Amino acid sequence: MTVPIAYYLVLSAILFAIGAGAFLIKRNIITVFMAIELMLNAVNLAFVAFAHQWHKVQGQIFVFFVMVVAAAEAAVGLAIIIAIFRARSTLNVDQVNLMKL
Amino acid sequence: MTPNSSLHLWLIPVLPFVGFLLNGLLGRHLPKGAVTTIALLFTAAPLAMVTGIAVRFGGLSLPYIEHLSMPWIETSAFRADFSFMLDQLTLVMLLVVTGVGFLIHIYSIGYMAHEDGYWRYFSYLNLFMFFMLTLVLAENFLLMFVGWEGVGLASYLLIGFYYTRDSAADAGKKAFILNRIGDVGFLLAMFLMIAHFGSLSYGSVFGSIAQHPEMQGGFLTAIALLLLLGATGKSAQIPLYVWLPDAMEGPTPVSALIHAATMVTAGVYMVVRSHVLFDRSPFALGVVAIIGAATALFAATMGMVQTDIKRVLAYSTISQLGYMFLACGATAYAAGIFHLVTHAFFKGLLFLAAGSVIHAMGGEQDMRVMGGLRKTIPVTFWTMSAAVFAISGLPPFAGFFSKDAILYQAFLSPTAGPILWFIGLFTALLTAFYMFRLWYLTFFGESRSRDVHPHDSPWVMLGPMAILAVLSLIGGWIGIPKALGGGDQFAHFLEPVVGTPAGSASGGNSQELLFSALSVVMALIGWFIADLMYRQKPGMADKLAARLSAVYTLLFNKYWIDQIYQGVIVAPLLFLSRYLLWGAVDRGVITGGGSLAAGGVRGLGALVQRVQSGNIRSYAGWLAVGAAALILITYFGFSMHV
Repeated sequence: MTVPIAYYLVLSAILFAIGAGAFLIKRNIITVFMAIELMLNAVNLAFVAFAHQWHKVQGQIFVFFVMVVAAAEAAVGLAIIIAIFRARSTLNVDQVNLMKL
Repeated sequence: MTPNSSLHLWLIPVLPFVGFLLNGLLGRHLPKGAVTTIALLFTAAPLAMVTGIAVRFGGLSLPYIEHLSMPWIETSAFRADFSFMLDQLTLVMLLVVTGVGFLIHIYSIGYMAHEDGYWRYFSYLNLFMFFMLTLVLAENFLLMFVGWEGVGLASYLLIGFYYTRDSAADAGKKAFILNRIGDVGFLLAMFLMIAHFGSLSYGSVFGSIAQHPEMQGGFLTAIALLLLLGATGKSAQIPLYVWLPDAMEGPTPVSALIHAATMVTAGVYMVVRSHVLFDRSPFALGVVAIIGAATALFAATMGMVQTDIKRVLAYSTISQLGYMFLACGATAYAAGIFHLVTHAFFKGLLFLAAGSVIHAMGGEQDMRVMGGLRKTIPVTFWTMSAAVFAISGLPPFAGFFSKDAILYQAFLSPTAGPILWFIGLFTALLTAFYMFRLWYLTFFGESRSRDVHPHDSPWVMLGPMAILAVLSLIGGWIGIPKALGGGDQFAHFLEPVVGTPAGSASGGNSQELLFSALSVVMALIGWFIADLMYRQKPGMADKLAARLSAVYTLLFNKYWIDQIYQGVIVAPLLFLSRYLLWGAVDRGVITGGGSLAAGGVRGLGALVQRVQSGNIRSYAGWLAVGAAALILITYFGFSMHV
């Protein structure tokens, strides 16, 4: 039995919505960061589902690209977060507003 | 091309312009001597050129026309060139403008010696010469209009020369605005000419009229009347004369040059120059004659009771210009120009002499505190006497011949007639009266002023006056009529340009003699009355004024014309401007509309700026909402249309 693609897509949409919602609501930088990862993976799920449905390999290759970029981003992002925490002693994004006018 | 070698006519106006530029731009930093030299040099040079042309005038083929190689306005339907023309009329005007102009420049050296803004004065004076010569030399109406406007500008600048005085600044504005009203007429006349003739050049306009003898009245009347409106502005005729008395706020040599000898006669010159148009419209000629005669009488009556020496002369100028218009209306153009020339001599002199009197009195202009100056400033007295006799029309002085020619032609002319002649004759009496009144009040009797020690002016001022005095005496001899044993050379000289007057064939020698005798008698009566009232019985004038107090008050207040204009025209216009144009249109519509637009944008901005919170998560939220909206639109929006 095959799971219909709509299920995957709905799950992907739910994951993406949770990610987006968390990104908007949460103040902790690490949580925000994880929300971004969640959105990326929701998109990955949609890609894989389509690749499977249409028997095309491009979707899976896209997913690899996204994973590589996400890994690199995680490295840079965590480094920045650590630097911010050292400088400001807080992880609240609303207090990291030095560049604001 | 003409067989004449080029006369370089364009240099005549351009030379004073160079003087204007030099003095106007650098004069502030130059010593007085250099300013004087520049001003005189660039006025003497055109005079020399004009004299040179006059000497070889007999050998020229006329009219001589000179086009500058560069076109001025060139469209498919219309073109105007920088073109200059020389004919007999131009030569007469050139000689008057450069000659009298040069003399008055010399006089000004003495008169303005102790004034601030010496360089400014002379640069304006040269600017005036430039525009006046352009006006006279132009070969089309458009170039004439440039000169016409330019002399108005120079006049404005010079009336307001003492710009720190409110009255002078106001007088300048008044002159400029009233001239502007006349200019509307001139402009409309030019538009009509372009519409009907497709050109503004004298040659083609007058040529096409000459080719169509059937053109009578109609639009030619319209053009003529509109030109006349322009002329009434520039030449201070009814109804636009009110600026000239106020123009006396300017320095006295300016009054002599611009507001007596040259600029104010531009209207007469313009009418004579376009006489071909006027000849085709008896109605317009009649209007010219009536305006001229009415102005002559009207201004003379006002001149009788003025107490300011310059204002007497101002009203006298208006009155004499009225004579010139009367002559034009009677198609006696040569007589009009003749009077223009002699008037330039004697009225220029009268103003210069008045300036000398004012100079001697330490700036006093009120004749009531003068008196007895005959002995203290004899040269001024004698030169001014020549001018007084000339303007009163006593033979053999210049004014006698020209005024006589005008009155005689007016009587014979079908467009003027005996009634206007009689008005002119009566005005001659009034003229003699007010001029001798001025003469007696200023020079005779006992001095009525305290602690003034009059002294005659320096020779730099008296010299030009002496020359003009001689011209006032002999200037009329160029036009002695046949009845008095002369050859009427002046009229013959101008005949190729202006033709002969319409009624001249009907008169006879004995009739002309009778008319001359009549006008001399009138002048003598005027003299006698003035003598009686101001020399023999000095108290009589006041008694008469008291007895005829209604008339006196009317005249003294100049018929309240200024007040009437103020109430009927100026006040409603100001009201309209202030409340309707400024209040409703400017502040309501224009400023209000602007504020409305600005306020709307600002309100919208205040509303929309909330989006730019600076909070990253709100941006992200908007981004998400936007993306969601985009998806919804692509999903539902397009499917609806497909």
